[in-house]
Amino acid sequence: MCRTVDLKQAVLAKNSMAARILRTELTARGTTVVNLLSSPGSGKTALLERELRLARERGTSVAALTADLATENDAVRLARSGVPVKQVLTDGLCHLEADMLAGHLHDWLPEETRLLFVENVGNLVCPASYDLGESLRVVLASVTEGEDKPLKYPAAFGLAHLVIVTKSDLAAPAEFDEDAFRAHVERVNPGVEVVLTSVRTGEGAGVLVDRALRAAEGDAVHAPVMARA
Amino acid sequence: MHEMSVALSVADQVEQAARAHGATGVERVRLDIGELAGVVPDSLHFCFELVCAGTLLDGAELLVRAVPGRASCTPCGREWATGMPPDLTCPGCRSAATALPAGRELTITEVRWARPPAPAPAPIPHREEN
Repeated sequence: MCRTVDLKQAVLAKNSMAARILRTELTARGTTVVNLLSSPGSGKTALLERELRLARERGTSVAALTADLATENDAVRLARSGVPVKQVLTDGLCHLEADMLAGHLHDWLPEETRLLFVENVGNLVCPASYDLGESLRVVLASVTEGEDKPLKYPAAFGLAHLVIVTKSDLAAPAEFDEDAFRAHVERVNPGVEVVLTSVRTGEGAGVLVDRALRAAEGDAVHAPVMARA
Repeated sequence: MHEMSVALSVADQVEQAARAHGATGVERVRLDIGELAGVVPDSLHFCFELVCAGTLLDGAELLVRAVPGRASCTPCGREWATGMPPDLTCPGCRSAATALPAGRELTITEVRWARPPAPAPAPIPHREEN
């Protein structure tokens, strides 16, 4: 027996396959998935609360699934918007994987859901490696986190279809250098759209729902260089 | 720290391949890890040893080849080292890189099976003395 074999197998092939299947199944039933990534505390939940409420007011059928290591606090907050919400506790796991998501959607996701927002575990490292079957991947960073965040987490920012800056009302006191932030994003993900938002002032209201609906309608989303491997 | 999940995926795939090849043990696993793959080799080594314990891969050596990131620009015909953090803008025409030929690898490239255990020596016939 020859003892050495060339395998040439992608380590994350199983997840990629599960993600492809999920994307195909959900697209066929008219549901588009949006995967939200950010570090803890950047304001994913606050932004989602606003966007879910807006979507509901506009008559768009949306749902949200939020993942955390512990507590159901985020689901309680998101449920106030009146849309279907599910909390997933990862028992210490730092990211969601496609088959986990599929398992959670199986007996929960309402049939008529047009947009499903998945709030990933707050972490800019691990979730970046796992396709969840999303059509739109959004990375958020708040103005208090520093302009160099895209350089410190190049995979997260480099694979995003949309970058959202949160807490823009705090830009001045935090001395947030918007130009530097945009330049850093451009370096790791040339051409990606960067939008400023604030749930306090209302800046950028509806941007998440708007971009998600465009993706759902089949508009071409940004193609990150890092995804062109 | 998703290196544990990555290590489990590697071990699962190698174990499946071992069964398909009729191998009883694994001596060595080679991986390519791109500079931009977001996986820390040291951490992966640690997790790999843990997930292999008590399995068919017990004691297998993990060899990692780090692959530097390279980007290319079709209009310019240039190719450059992306560096870390990567610069994915063409140094020539300042447009976005067309492709990333290297740097995102996370691939099991080669596996070497352990030598099958030597067959036990045939028992010497025992004769009863009268």
